[in-house]
Order: sequence, then structure tokens, then C-alpha cells
Amino acid sequence: MNLESLYQEIILDHYRNPRGKGLREPFGAQVHHVNPTCGDEITLRVDVAEGVVADISYDGMGCSISQASASVMYEDLVGRPLDQVWPVVDAFQELISSRGKADPDEDVLGDGIAFAGVAAYPARVKCALLSWMAFKDATLQALGKDFA
Amino acid sequence: MTLDVEAVRKDFPILARTVRDDRRLVYLDSGATSQKPRQVMDAERDFYEQHNAAVHRGAHQLAEEATDDFERARTHIAAFVGGQPGEIVFTRNATEALNLVAYAFMNATLDGGPARFVLEPGDEILITEMEHHANLVPWQQVARRTGATLRWFGVSDEGRLDIDPSLISERTKVVALTHQSNVLGTINPVAEVARLAHAVGALVVVDACQSVPHMPVDVTALDADFIAFSGHKMLGPTGVGCLWGRAELLREMPPMLTGGSMIEQVFMDRSTFAAPPQRFEAGVPNIAQAVGLGAACDYLTGIGLSAIHDHEARLTDLALAGLGDLPGIRIIGPTDGIDRGGAVSFVADGIHAHDLGQVLDDSGVAVRVGHHCAWPLHRRFGVPATTRATFYLYNDETDVDALVDATKRALEFFG
Repeated sequence: MNLESLYQEIILDHYRNPRGKGLREPFGAQVHHVNPTCGDEITLRVDVAEGVVADISYDGMGCSISQASASVMYEDLVGRPLDQVWPVVDAFQELISSRGKADPDEDVLGDGIAFAGVAAYPARVKCALLSWMAFKDATLQALGKDFA
Repeated sequence: MTLDVEAVRKDFPILARTVRDDRRLVYLDSGATSQKPRQVMDAERDFYEQHNAAVHRGAHQLAEEATDDFERARTHIAAFVGGQPGEIVFTRNATEALNLVAYAFMNATLDGGPARFVLEPGDEILITEMEHHANLVPWQQVARRTGATLRWFGVSDEGRLDIDPSLISERTKVVALTHQSNVLGTINPVAEVARLAHAVGALVVVDACQSVPHMPVDVTALDADFIAFSGHKMLGPTGVGCLWGRAELLREMPPMLTGGSMIEQVFMDRSTFAAPPQRFEAGVPNIAQAVGLGAACDYLTGIGLSAIHDHEARLTDLALAGLGDLPGIRIIGPTDGIDRGGAVSFVADGIHAHDLGQVLDDSGVAVRVGHHCAWPLHRRFGVPATTRATFYLYNDETDVDALVDATKRALEFFG
């Protein structure tokens, strides 16, 4: 593993030009998640309309991995019906937790496959998952369910 | 006396290994935990191989030898900080040592005595904005449970403690502060604060985790009532720390943990407690680790704490100059070498500490990134995280060069 495999151009691009950043209305639920080991924070809102993720808006601070991950997630998930969202979330989580042994599917994950290198660095797993866990939490809240 | 780093490094086997594709390990994370010399590991191994037994019990030779080894370690550690053996309490770590004092206040308040440890609404606990969470969160808990008020000294933009005497009054019962900031490197004038605190009858609790390993510390000169330090930051094993406390205070203090080894007499409905330090060492202690820590003190004394401090000061000056010259790098903490230890924390414009640390790691340079368990201090400086390099006796100029070069590489990579 080397720096270039971790910090792929796609990640650096999303970091420098984040998609969908900033908090917007309307939203069904808002959550605030932190990574207590490094202090990274994200505030994230989800708007679900007629079974579709109509918008994910977010703000926060953190490393390139956490920021790019939020941006990629925005691109991957907004506009999808909920039943198509969970397989993507699961696939991303699986990729990140694979210790670098997964074979990610670009058709499912889009730019998310760029995070394959992150999986080789256990200390960065939480960075990559911060926004995705916040999304899960907010969406379940918006649907009236508890985040487990 | 100067330090022969080359000779020192030979005692630390781990420094000979490589990391991340055969790069030389540049270990600049001793503030988190130090590496261990062979002498410490040998002492621990020798204890297990030759003398292992439970201490303070057992009618056999091994138990006698184990007790002797354990108590000898206590004697060496006490001498190391200028205290008496009976004033050294072995704990799991410094966090537990600080909690031991915090719990003395909570338990005394519940028990209605002894008076010096009883807190009431209106009483004040004074801490500082540069505390590690270990000397912050326990005092929040004490305040919450006793109704006492938590107050704190602020920190200046330069990273110095802002000692506002008006915060110390007759209401102040405890002043808890760090001897050396684990983030800023700032060495606080503990004796000066202690003088103000003692003038109003307050007790002074010092987090000495970052000072005891790196400079001569004498509890009498410091004028503290309690100091806490950890073994693993001073070449000793993990799992052992110490509380030093003034004998007359330890005699009054209620225990935090109760059970075996800490009693005098036990009946079905009540017990009396042993004298210190046993009163605070419930259960079979971390004997081998204490023995290892004793060996660490001997090792450090052999090199000389003044020599270690001077050596680190030289490296710190080099690092401050080298990093300070880089564009977009800001040091969080004093930028001069005055009253300052070997912790250098910094931020880079537009690069998060985690990303910076990743490039350093890729270059073989091990540093810590994040808030270093001092979140309020980072908030004070308006940064979510910093990159921190910490120096010790086994580091040299080439390590500082590697740090500066790798930081340059990070600036280029993310620039």
C-alpha cells in the first residue's frame, strides 16, 4: 500500500470540490455525529420524499477521507429509492471493513470504489464511515425508526 | 553531561525495525507511550522467571522475594521523584491515580469526612484549559456529584497558562493542573500556583505524566500535595502508574477500591482499612510491571534526567525552527524554548492532521494526530486536531530532519 492508493485522485477531487455540501431545507431528520478519537464532526440532514432520498445535506470538519466520503455518498445516494439505498450503504461498509481484501463493484458504489485503499488503513476506517453512519441514523430517524 | 544517543538506541530493540516498506522507524510519539529498553524488559522477565508470587502474603520464599522486589521498586520510584516509599501508591495508570484523588473527595463527601476532602455547594475546584481529559473529566464528575463549582485558568495565545489569582479564593478546595502540557509542551510554574493555593488551604493535584519522564522532578520543590504519573511514558511497562501523595494526606484519605489486601480487619458487617499505601492497592497488584518501572527509573537515573531534558530541549529548538520555516505551518504552543518540554504540536493550512499524519507515517515518521485527549484546549485554539511530535532520549537530529522533510512532503502532496 502506498499514499497514492489511499489518496486516489477521485478522493482528492471530492475533498477539494465537495458535492452537495452545506445544510439545506426541507429535511426529515438532522443528526450530529463525531469521531471521538480525532474530533471530526458532521451535521447531516436527510430529506425522504415518497420513498426516495430527495436530498442529503451536510456540514462539518474533518480529514480528506471523511470529507470526500460524505461528498461521494451524496452523489451515490441522492435520487435513489430507499430500497436501492441500503445495498449501497452495505456494500460501502463492507468495502471499508475489508482490510483491503474486497473487490468492489463500481456499478453499485460509483466513486465509492476509490475508498478501497482506505480499507488497508484500520485507523482511517472510522473517517470513511462517519458520514455514512450519520446518513443511516438520520434516515432511520426520518422514517421513525431507531438507529441500531 | 551530554547524551550518547547512539549508545542509548542500542538498548531499544524496537528502534532497529523498519516500517511501511522498509523505512527507518522515526518514533516521535513518546508522549503517547515511550519505547522500552532491554533492561526494563529483562527486569520484568526475570521477575516472572525467577521470583513470581503474590506479594504481601504466602509463607514461602518466592512470596518473600516477590514482595522484596515489589517494595524495592517502590523505594526506587519514590527516590526518583524525591518522595518517601510510603507515599507511592501503585495504580494501573496515571488516569487511575488522578481518579483515586478525585474519588477521595467524592467518598469523603458521602461519608461526611475527613473535612479536608469534603466538598459542598459553593466550594470550588480549579483546573486549567490545557488539561488532558484525565485531569479534567474526573473533576467534572466530582463537581457534578458534590455540588462544587468547576473553574479554570485559561491559556494565552502563546500557549502559556493564564494564572489569574482572583480565581483562587477561600472557596477553592482543590487546584488540579498539569506540570507540562501534553499538547503545547508548556511547563507550568506549579510551585507558584501551589503557593497561591496553599495560602487559601486548597490541595494541589499535579498531572506529572509529561514531566516526570523528561526532567528532574522533586515533589518537595514542586510543593504539590499529589502528583500522578504513568509508567509506560517513562520507559516502563504498560499497566502501571503511580500516585505520590503527602503522607499526612494519604493517611486521611478514604480508598477508591476496596477488597483484598487493603484491609486491616474484616467483620461480617464492617471493616477497617490498612495504612497507606496498601489502603489504595486493593487486590493483587501489577507486580511485574512495578518491578519493570523500578528498572526504568534506574535506567533514567543512570543517564541523568538533566541530560535528557537538555537533549530534548535541543531537539525541540531544532523542530520549532525547522517546522516554523515551512510555509503554512503554525505551531500550537510556545515557539521559544523557554519553560518548554519536547512536545511540538502544529497545524498545516488546508491539511487535516489525519492526512498530514498519514504522509508522515508513509515516510516512517510516527507521530500522533487528533486532539490528544485535550479537546477543550484544541477548541480554545480553534482547531479540530493537531499533529504532535514528541521527543525522548533515543531521538536525534536525524529524527527531527525526517519530521521536517516528511512535513514538506505532505505540503507538496496536498498542495
